[in-house]
Amino acid sequence: MEPRVAYLWLIPALPLLAAGVGCVAPRNGRRLAAGAAIAAMLGALVLSCFALHLALADPSAHLVYNFRWFDLGNGAVRLGLLLDPLNGLMCVMVSLVGLLIFIFSLGYMDADENFTRFFCFLSLFAAAMLCVVVANSLLLLFIGWELVGLASYLLIGFWFHRPAAAAAAKKAFITTRIGDLGFLLGLVWLYDTTGSLLLYDGGNGVLESHVLGDLATQVLAGGLAASTAIGLLIFCGAVGKSGQFPLHVWLPDAMEGPTPVSALIHAATMVAAGVFLMARIFPLAAADQGLAAAPVHVLTVVAGIGAVTALMGAAIAVAQHDLKRILAFSTVSQLGYMMLALGVGSWVAAIFHLLTHAFFKALLFLGAGSVIHAAHHEQDIRNLGGLRSPMRATYATFSVGMMALTGVPFVFSGFWSKEAILHAASEWNVSHLPLYAGLAGVVLTAFYMTRLLCEVFWGAPRSPAAAHAHESPAVMTVPLVVLAVGAVALGFLGTPAWPWLQSQLTGEAVPAHSLLEGGGLMALSIVLVATGLGAGWALYGRRLRATAGADDPLAAAAPRLFAFLGARMKLDELYAATVGRLNTFAAALAVILDRWVWGGAVGFLARFGEFTGSVNRGVDEGGLNAGFDSISERIRGAGRAYSRAQTGETHGYLRALAVAFVVLALLALLGGGQ
Amino acid sequence: MSSVPLLSLIIFVPWAGALLLASLPRLGAPASRVLALAFSLSTLVLALAALGSFDCASTGYQFVERHGWIGALNSDYHLGLDGLSLLLVLLTGLLAPACMLASWRNIPDPRFFGLLFLLLQGAALGVFLALDFFHWFIFWELSLIPAYFLIKLWGGPRAAHAAYQFVIYTIGGSAFLLLGFVAIFAATGTLDFVRLASLGANGALGAKLATLGSFWPHAVFLGVFLGFAVKVPLFPFHTWLPPAYAEAPTGVSMFLTGVMSKMGVYGFLRLLWPLFPGPLHAASVPLVWLALGGAVLGAFAAMRQTDLKRMIAYSSVNHVSYCLLALFAVSSATGRSGLTSEAAAAALSGTLLQMFNHGLSAAALFYCVGVLETRAGGRRDLGGFGGVQTAAPVFAGLCGIAMFSSLGLPGLNGFVGEFLIFRGVWGLVPWAAAVACLGLFATAFFLITFWQRVFHGPRAGAASAEFADLGRLDLAVLSPLIALMVILGVLPQLQTMLFNPLITMWANHLNLP
Repeated sequence: MEPRVAYLWLIPALPLLAAGVGCVAPRNGRRLAAGAAIAAMLGALVLSCFALHLALADPSAHLVYNFRWFDLGNGAVRLGLLLDPLNGLMCVMVSLVGLLIFIFSLGYMDADENFTRFFCFLSLFAAAMLCVVVANSLLLLFIGWELVGLASYLLIGFWFHRPAAAAAAKKAFITTRIGDLGFLLGLVWLYDTTGSLLLYDGGNGVLESHVLGDLATQVLAGGLAASTAIGLLIFCGAVGKSGQFPLHVWLPDAMEGPTPVSALIHAATMVAAGVFLMARIFPLAAADQGLAAAPVHVLTVVAGIGAVTALMGAAIAVAQHDLKRILAFSTVSQLGYMMLALGVGSWVAAIFHLLTHAFFKALLFLGAGSVIHAAHHEQDIRNLGGLRSPMRATYATFSVGMMALTGVPFVFSGFWSKEAILHAASEWNVSHLPLYAGLAGVVLTAFYMTRLLCEVFWGAPRSPAAAHAHESPAVMTVPLVVLAVGAVALGFLGTPAWPWLQSQLTGEAVPAHSLLEGGGLMALSIVLVATGLGAGWALYGRRLRATAGADDPLAAAAPRLFAFLGARMKLDELYAATVGRLNTFAAALAVILDRWVWGGAVGFLARFGEFTGSVNRGVDEGGLNAGFDSISERIRGAGRAYSRAQTGETHGYLRALAVAFVVLALLALLGGGQ
Repeated sequence: MSSVPLLSLIIFVPWAGALLLASLPRLGAPASRVLALAFSLSTLVLALAALGSFDCASTGYQFVERHGWIGALNSDYHLGLDGLSLLLVLLTGLLAPACMLASWRNIPDPRFFGLLFLLLQGAALGVFLALDFFHWFIFWELSLIPAYFLIKLWGGPRAAHAAYQFVIYTIGGSAFLLLGFVAIFAATGTLDFVRLASLGANGALGAKLATLGSFWPHAVFLGVFLGFAVKVPLFPFHTWLPPAYAEAPTGVSMFLTGVMSKMGVYGFLRLLWPLFPGPLHAASVPLVWLALGGAVLGAFAAMRQTDLKRMIAYSSVNHVSYCLLALFAVSSATGRSGLTSEAAAAALSGTLLQMFNHGLSAAALFYCVGVLETRAGGRRDLGGFGGVQTAAPVFAGLCGIAMFSSLGLPGLNGFVGEFLIFRGVWGLVPWAAAVACLGLFATAFFLITFWQRVFHGPRAGAASAEFADLGRLDLAVLSPLIALMVILGVLPQLQTMLFNPLITMWANHLNLP
């Protein structure tokens, strides 16, 4: 066993410590809180690099350190830490992107009076996220998972005095909680079946072959394997956290949080946790693949949900006007691509896209933050425009992010990772529908990003806020540049010609192919990207929006469709009318039952008791007491009569005595005479 | 056994304090408060002393005191402490001083209040330590009288009715309990819990009761069950609870939910389950439904409450229902072939953890509502506040931790118990765990809604004017509870080491007579 793995706990512990410092720091202790947070992230980054180095020494090994948490019955509940290339890379990504976003926040949150609290929450988030990443136990992962949810709740509601932010925070917490309950049930099921939640444990971990074999052969009612049911339940958690259809509705609302939060949590790291989770438990999710008779396979569901989400997110993004919401739906769509990749069996492609997406989406969000910061919190793209010349650095880096997301060929990372996904989808032998959804998404992605770029940066400013915008300070633009470099360079780690990332993640040598491997598909997707860009340019670039109030060209062409997409396909309304109503109904029912049925029964018993009491009293008073009373009344009458004699006057008594004496004397005399 | 009668001291020192307060009618208010607090602290000190020499590995009763008492009833003065009672004595020791401190201000006649409170405290401790029905029942009933007066005299506007309902309902339940034990005595000639438990384990108790008539084993089980079901309370015997908890003064609400609701669960674990394993098993499926009713409908009912105290009260119905759910699930699976002890050990450990952890979080939440109520001049409706987090950030932070502990956030204490309950119940009665998830969802929903309405948003209602953050007294009440929530969330071993051998023994000896 590698003893250094035991020190992995330091990676989440450092930010946790910084969160503690931020929590006790006084309100004006801005330097202390931010300094501690950034230093801790830097420390975590350095440690993560060491960890990655250690992991890459033997990519096929899973280095673990398991320990006892508490005693339970004859055994104990155990937790553990894990190191392999997958989570080594995740650690580096999370701490690097986190560090950049922390630095960016120094500038972005500069004017906020709750600056220290912000860094406290950010550090808490980083600690929880890193805990998810290093966990070798699904229980520890779940602990981090929920704490990540807490941090997300706190940060979405950071400006909680705004009712919209408060509502968004609540919606995020509740919606993800629904998925998490499925996750929890999956965990307890798995725990009950295998007696462990450790992923790797010297042959007894839940991801190790003989446990998986048992799980896959345990057949439930309906021919479902236990591993299928457990995998699907755990996938519920990923659906909630990673904004997959049908639980994606919280993610766009989460944009009420400060923009660095949107970048870090709701684009780069936390929302990718679901993808990470599914990649982590991939052997479990794929355990039922060998069962031809199974009615459903976990991965098929994952691929289906991913494909629907990828297409739906991209379609909705086309008709949004809020800068951050467009990016949020883009995130939903890209997470769908990752799930799609997982579902078609290529978790490596999913992780590749996760890593590249983390960089370019963080870049896009921070670029958006830079715009919003400069334009005095104006984020409606109709009111922006013309920011190209005043904000050169932001424009240049944002364009890099946009091209990476769109998948502009060969140079940008998004191209390579998206190609990997499409390639995997084309080789899936179950169905080609996910591939078609993915290809359609490519056009839409190129289209909505072109629209975004044209509306925000080109043309003339359409509001005073946009007209007065100026470039953000270096503390904000430098992280943009670093991310832009990542958004380009990262792609070269996983090209078909040099599949370094793939070999490291799988721990097996992946043969190199020609750079243009699968050329037909690649050519098709390049054409599709070009179509999207061209259509976007034709509609939004050639004739630039003149005023903020002008109609969107697409809205003019298809008003009903545009309105439908703009209203997010009315899913929020649908949920309010179904799940929301059911919830209200259940609550009302519970109260009615309480008041009228259970409370009513108790009330009836009480009334019955009172009634019995009054009957009893009636019988007592009218029946028994009446007889008793009349007798006592007579006794009392006699007594009263007698008591009249008792006047208390001495003369009267003496008189009576004298009379009595005379009477007695007379009787004696008369009697004695006889 | 040690020469110091430690357990008697634990029970009677609070009563001695009550006696002392009663004999000093002219004692001033500040001195009464200090005296009452000092005596209520005694439990914690003595419980820690007991903890110091407690043998965690042993499963039997420790510090046993046994003296012949009433020959005619074959009844001894018999006290003993095992992991279960130690946990509850520690909980009482922690909460009682917090409740006294919570009643430091705004309580007229603190001498009389302290007197009644110490009586209540001693009676509760007696329930957790007595091992003979005769004096156990005295403690059980004596706890009601001070509780009645504490609610009625210091409670809210409808306190008189709530206290009346609470006492009559509970005494109604206890009457069946008493009748049950009279029949048990008639059949077995003993009231000793240890002896009765061994009679229960081998089925002799049921056989002896059957000699009185075939009707008696069922009737006695039902009577004892009713006594505890009302006390916990088990759904649908819970309708006395929301008014009683809501009308009681803050400190008393804390004690009612923190300690007194545990007396009922304790009764289930200490008496009903060991004495009647067979009948409990036979009734377990409907009972699982009732526990689910409490867990789910209790949480949904909480969603509709506008009085914050009633909301927390319903949340207590939800939380204690999980304890009973786990016990009934264990009972339901008892005797099933292929049953492993792991699920049962998890469920039972979860029950004990949940008892302790709910005590901490519910008491803290009641105190937080009390803080709101004091600051708002008696208002505590959901719509009466807004933006409290802006006005009182420290308060918001501590109340937030209590709230997340209550909704079972990992990293805080509430999660460990709930996770183990779900893990155990899943292994025993899977569908029940799935249904109970609805309760978890609803709990998150109403607590987060409470937070949104009261703490988030712009400052409004009572918080729009001056709204003081926590003072030193508030911190003295809350910070130990909050600190424990975090510590026990990270290190549950501190709790499980006390009772794990006991639970293991229970889980390994699950069988029907």
